Amino acid sequence: MKTFPLGGVHPSDNKKWSCAKPVEVLELPDVVNIPLGQHIGAPATAKVAKGDKVLTGQLIAEATGFMSANIHSPISGTVTAVDMQLNGQGLRQMMITIKREGDEWMPEIDRSAEIKRECNLDSAAIIAKIKDAGIVGMGGATFPTHVKLSIPNGCKAEYLIINGVECEPYLTSDHRTMLERGEELLIGVEILKKALNVEKAIIGIENNKPDAIAHLRKLIAEKQFAVTVEPLKVQYPQGGEKQLIAAVTGREVPPPPGLPIHVGAVVCNASTSVAIYEAVQKNKPLIERVVTITGKSLKEPRNLLTRMGTPVAKLVEMAGGLPEGDVKVVNGGPMMGRAMVNLDSPVTKGCSGVTVLSGKEANRVEAETCIKCAKCVSACPMGLEPYLISKMSKKQMWDGVESERITDCIECGCCQYTCPAGLPLLDYIRLGKQTVMGIIRARAAANAPKK
Amino acid sequence: MTVLLSTIATLSVLGILAAVILYFVAQKFKVEEDPRIDEVETMLPGANCGGCGFAGCRAMAEAMVKQDDISALYCPVGGAECMKSMATYLGKVAPEKEPTVATVRCGGVCSKRPRTNEYAGAKSCAVASPLYVGETACAYGCLGYGDCVEACQFDAIKVNPETGIAEVDADKCTACGACVKACPKKIIELRKKWPKNRAVYVSCVSKDKGAVTMKACKAGCIGCGKCAKVCAFEAITVEGGVAYIDSQKCKLCRKCVNECPTGAIALVGLAPLPKEPKVAPAAKPAAEKTAEPKAEAVKNESVNEQK
Repeated sequence: MKTFPLGGVHPSDNKKWSCAKPVEVLELPDVVNIPLGQHIGAPATAKVAKGDKVLTGQLIAEATGFMSANIHSPISGTVTAVDMQLNGQGLRQMMITIKREGDEWMPEIDRSAEIKRECNLDSAAIIAKIKDAGIVGMGGATFPTHVKLSIPNGCKAEYLIINGVECEPYLTSDHRTMLERGEELLIGVEILKKALNVEKAIIGIENNKPDAIAHLRKLIAEKQFAVTVEPLKVQYPQGGEKQLIAAVTGREVPPPPGLPIHVGAVVCNASTSVAIYEAVQKNKPLIERVVTITGKSLKEPRNLLTRMGTPVAKLVEMAGGLPEGDVKVVNGGPMMGRAMVNLDSPVTKGCSGVTVLSGKEANRVEAETCIKCAKCVSACPMGLEPYLISKMSKKQMWDGVESERITDCIECGCCQYTCPAGLPLLDYIRLGKQTVMGIIRARAAANAPKK
Repeated sequence: MTVLLSTIATLSVLGILAAVILYFVAQKFKVEEDPRIDEVETMLPGANCGGCGFAGCRAMAEAMVKQDDISALYCPVGGAECMKSMATYLGKVAPEKEPTVATVRCGGVCSKRPRTNEYAGAKSCAVASPLYVGETACAYGCLGYGDCVEACQFDAIKVNPETGIAEVDADKCTACGACVKACPKKIIELRKKWPKNRAVYVSCVSKDKGAVTMKACKAGCIGCGKCAKVCAFEAITVEGGVAYIDSQKCKLCRKCVNECPTGAIALVGLAPLPKEPKVAPAAKPAAEKTAEPKAEAVKNESVNEQK
């Protein structure tokens, strides 16, 4: 079975808590907060002001420049504020607050359940529709999809890879999407193939989801889609973009600023593919997504179709409330997610799940001394030396950190997971990466006018 | 025997040859160094803290000797005395600079600023600061993981475990500025050092709106501007929702301290002014007009106190 060539760890996947729970529609929230920056790139520019009436699916914030994404209203009602609000990290962020009045949709959105396969649009029109719908990568990285689909000059896409790996422990939103909306997903793949003008489309799925693999294969055979399904070894971070490309095509993406397109690959998340189907065929912008609310200690883990902007507290309530004792609520999964301090913060486009860890799981082990066992080196899927980078970063040796290729780091957390001394390796690596990226940007800015 | 002799002879010749070459090379590449640099270096404190902006005391000494105008150079550790002795030795004019001291501008002690969560990550302000708001609801306050403590080479700053806030020992502080650079929240400032370590400063840098600040911390500055109104020396400005006292203009008159509704203005080494029975607020504009002569009076007072 295919897998990526270097490193990786095997955390217990803990998907059993929610993988058999069909997606339920979460009741509409009364008030939503929509952050203007919920994608990589420049935050969107608000197009509504306090007091404006909006419909579900109406554009409320427009992309600022190329690397940005549109944002649409997930409910209908009145805008009550465009102001700074607390996000999940407790920091202030510009958000649009909308108070719900009924649920009235924009007229051009097709809400019927009918599946529409035929698509007569050309590549540019498809990408324009995706851009209008504000679609971003829904696996967590929130990279604007229209940017990904705009192939730079001199590059040619050969492979379209659909990321159905969902290697992050606990989360099951992509799994449920593949099972329940397989046909829409496959039509989305067809649309993407057309947009990119590629022949080969491969759906990579980790082998712990045999039902999804069988279901998609059956659909492909029945409805004659030109797509293959590739089962992949259960190993974290199989769903990392570079790891997935290596596993499926055997090609290695060059270090930054190298992009997947430089080896002829475009990777798109499974849920994003469904969103693309909805945007192109049904004119529906990205206003809702499947969010897994899960955790060992929760009364009822669930997969919920949630409108953007719904407070996370609402999801927790639906799952039976927080357990007693030490609790850590993570936006995302336990490996790459971020712990939250404010549960009133909204669900955003990149939020595939909310994991509630309690008791022993919620606490870190006490850090001891590094004994240079090099477990982190063997675990690093990017072939870096995490113990060294982490230490240099702690000592603020930014030149050394840069020459150790810290910008290659995908922040998967394998090093910290595997460290027997419980060292906060990734904490310092993230600090180093942020600082070095800043230094690189400053250097580029300083060098630019000389040309 | 011949082997021994020939070996000795060869080695001796080689040695002499090498010595001659080395002599000429040394002559050719001789570096003329001003002997005064060594002298000046011995006069510097030798802390190599980088507070002067140079890599170490040696680099500072070189700059002192080479630059004609040394007004931009200053050793915060050695202070005015050290600068003066070096300047006299070099026959240059010593720069005049008032002594300063690092001041931690956060008064959010545990009792005033409740903890809302527990941080389990790496104990470093630089790591925690970009990650999230911190263990309290205030995004501006002292995190208390001690990056400043690590940066300080003089053992002058400590995080008080009871308050969770960094505290400066003004007697040990040399105002090298290492903690100012280390603090990701930009709370620490170098302020004018008064005799007996007296100080009046706004112990908050929160740019949040008043209501938000109040919710997070009962000791926060809410930007009401009462202190700025009462200040006779125009030392207080309110910008971005937070008051700031210019330590160069402040005369330690302490009027602002009594005026502050949240107690955000810290008073060190001085007794607070007695709370005078308040005159009706309507009299305020008149009071402002007569601010000038009053200011003089207070000025004299504080000068006397210094002596």
